[in-house]
Amino acid sequence: MALNLTVNGKAVQVTASPDTPLLWVLRDELDLKGAKFGCGIASCGACTVLVDGRAVRSCITPVSAAAGSHITTIEGLSADGSHPVQKAFNEADVPQCGYCQPGQVMSAVALLEHTPHPTDEQIDSAMSGNLCRCGTYARIRKAIHRAAGDQMPALRD
Amino acid sequence: MQVNRRHFLQLSALAGGGLALTLFEQSRGWAAALPPGDRPGLSPRAFIHIHPDNTVTIKVKNPEIGQGVVTMLPMLIAEELDVEWSQVKVQMADLDETAYGPQFAGGSMTTPLNWDPLRHVGATGRQLMLAAAAHRWGVDAAECATASGKVSHAGSQRSATYGELAEEAATLPLPDGSAMKVKEPSEYRIIGKATLGVENTALLTGKALFGIDVKLPGMLYAVYQKCPVLAGKVKSANLDHIRGMAGVRHAFVLDGKFHSAAVLDSDPGLEPGVAIVADTWWHAHAARRVLKVEWDFAAGLPTAAGQSSQAFEEQAAKLLKQAPAHTIHSYGKVDEAFQSATKAVEATYAYPFLAHAPLEPQGAVASFADGKLEIWSTSQTPAGGRQLVARQLGIAESAITIHLVRAGGGFGRRLMNDSMVEAAWIAREVKAPVQVLWSREDDFEHDAFRPGGWHGLKAGVDAQGRIIAWSQHLVTFGAGAHAAPAADIGGDQFPSGRVANYVIGHSAMPLWLRTGALRAPGDNAFAFVIQSFLDEVAVAAGRDPLDVQLELLAASAGSENGNGRPSDFRPERLAGVLQQVAEESNWRNRPRIPGRGMGIAAHACHMGYSADVAEVSVDDQNRIRVHQVWMVTDVGRQIINPSGARAQAEGGILEGMGHMMVEVTLANGRAEQTNYSQYHWPRIQHTPQMHISWRITDNAPTGLGEPVLPAVLPAIVNAVFAATGKRIRTLPLTRSGFSMA
Repeated sequence: MALNLTVNGKAVQVTASPDTPLLWVLRDELDLKGAKFGCGIASCGACTVLVDGRAVRSCITPVSAAAGSHITTIEGLSADGSHPVQKAFNEADVPQCGYCQPGQVMSAVALLEHTPHPTDEQIDSAMSGNLCRCGTYARIRKAIHRAAGDQMPALRD
Repeated sequence: MQVNRRHFLQLSALAGGGLALTLFEQSRGWAAALPPGDRPGLSPRAFIHIHPDNTVTIKVKNPEIGQGVVTMLPMLIAEELDVEWSQVKVQMADLDETAYGPQFAGGSMTTPLNWDPLRHVGATGRQLMLAAAAHRWGVDAAECATASGKVSHAGSQRSATYGELAEEAATLPLPDGSAMKVKEPSEYRIIGKATLGVENTALLTGKALFGIDVKLPGMLYAVYQKCPVLAGKVKSANLDHIRGMAGVRHAFVLDGKFHSAAVLDSDPGLEPGVAIVADTWWHAHAARRVLKVEWDFAAGLPTAAGQSSQAFEEQAAKLLKQAPAHTIHSYGKVDEAFQSATKAVEATYAYPFLAHAPLEPQGAVASFADGKLEIWSTSQTPAGGRQLVARQLGIAESAITIHLVRAGGGFGRRLMNDSMVEAAWIAREVKAPVQVLWSREDDFEHDAFRPGGWHGLKAGVDAQGRIIAWSQHLVTFGAGAHAAPAADIGGDQFPSGRVANYVIGHSAMPLWLRTGALRAPGDNAFAFVIQSFLDEVAVAAGRDPLDVQLELLAASAGSENGNGRPSDFRPERLAGVLQQVAEESNWRNRPRIPGRGMGIAAHACHMGYSADVAEVSVDDQNRIRVHQVWMVTDVGRQIINPSGARAQAEGGILEGMGHMMVEVTLANGRAEQTNYSQYHWPRIQHTPQMHISWRITDNAPTGLGEPVLPAVLPAIVNAVFAATGKRIRTLPLTRSGFSMA
């Protein structure tokens, strides 16, 4: 049975069984490799994507639960890195290994949607579900403050 | 002078706990000790490709695991080639050590091994451009100049871009390497400038960069279920049921090719297991969740299933009451010195097994056709991986091609090439390209762990408060004098060579578990033990720990190590970073407020010298908040990429905190922690304010990834003591009644 999804503004049909985690549908069926597999139990945040603007862990979200919703992955922010959060993460030179970064960026985008000018405490609280094994956290804070100074465009749906 | 490169290749093949240290020794012979003319000449043609539009593609020779070499190494070439950084594109090289020199990520060796050779590559490329222009214009090359990817001749007012000259330059002979001049630091335009990671935008837009992202036409996905007890064998499995599941193409048992030994290697070969190969990874993983295997747990070692952390702890406590079974190094008259000491301080320190847990799980892609094997790998030691695969599968190394792919973290885990062997073996079985990808549970259960250890320490202090005797007994894992990988301690461990009477030895317990190097192997534990104990001794002697440490560093006694080789430890460099960090943190005038404290510590390893001051507060629940960390590091005369270098230092602080917060425990021979939910690595809220500086000294530039880590732990331990009067001697913190807030 095919499922209908809206991913980065485009309607797509996928054939995966309904209980397949959204992460693996994105990665292996739709070839969107940005969201990453880290733990499989919503413990590291590497798989974070937005579902209707809310940050979710796609590794435990059945694809059926996302049907009919607007899914945004890191590829949907911009292809050239021009989204303010992508730009701020680049300019703050955040990535080390980079593997957690798509998840970090998506959590930051969700935070800034609701809290345009977060304090350090608000950043810590919103970002604590995203593990960075390399320890780039100080720069993540800096990048989020930097992005908050920019005009945020509306999310593409 | 001939450089024995073969020796290097053999070393990288070992891929074990001794790797970092062995390479450390080797580096002195390979690059640092050679006069420029005798260095192995790497051809710029292997590294530099100049396009007609005057953009330049520079090959990156070493694996990128997050340490920033994909940016830093091309900076060295671009500087001497004399191009604008904006002209440069980078590309990962395939494994070809004949063309590129040693290709590995370990031991913080990338900077010391490449600083000279790659600047030389760039300078040779520039000479070729000058020669091509001189030839075209019929002028003397010495009259020509380069800048921003152009050659110009002032006399005739002619100029040409490198892109215009590239074809001609390609036909010219390579210039004489011995006469090559490199720039003076005052001429640098790229080296020393904070440079953003060249792959930042690709990373931040979700491009397929990592091992997990590799996808070949017709590729299948595999999981490989191994026994939770190392090398346990498959007695039976419900393979027929698995084969009938959706998307599953193959399910089969592999007997493995595991090399058993009293002291196991880090990379002992393929473990027995069940391979499930499917159309997608999720299909394979979903099938695994209903896989039922009857294991022979004792197939590896009959006593393996009885191993537990508790039993190790009890055995270690008994061994610490005895003399070390094996003396590593001793000088002076230790017993007499203790008798004459005014005061003796004794303590036992302990630390647990740790998992590497890089965020990208282990995995590899392999394709086997017509007797040839092609592998896409995130290995830190791809040459070692190729040797291991060749040996295990019985294929000639020359039939194996390895492509280097960006890794989602290394930390030493990818010095081991077990997932590469699995991918190669399964691809050959199923005659199709295969991606092996481990689950996080696979990763925790089948790590080559940072070994735990127990140290019995005793220091004797004279009437002036000087340390006159030191004895140290490490209870470790291994057999007799032979310690397991990354479980050995050297006779040159500080304060060896600084205290008048000194002895260090070990007692080894048998272990049926793989151990291996974790970022700053050995040092990440020994600095915690020695620098915390030194603080205890200073307190007992009523002295400032900084004074005690500087006094030791100014002293010289016995011999620094027992191995007969000259030591390259420079005490004045460690004293230098200590003094600077004390100044920057205002250590001498630190406030004394109940519940709040500052601690100081220093450590040298991997040719780098680093000192930290930590400021913490501790609440009434013994929850520690690390407010600030000052770090001063000496890695020589040049920081190549200040932004990347600071990132390594920041990461070292967070990783040091992580080493205090987590543990892997064993029960019934298996790891009890199998995911991040049981392994509480630092999160963003734990991040302190970090003040990072460099102490620039006139020494050849060396690596940073490892030296910035070890002193972080004891600086925090010592700060907690200053705040509370309580001494943390056992890690993780929870085993000493503390936690991170």
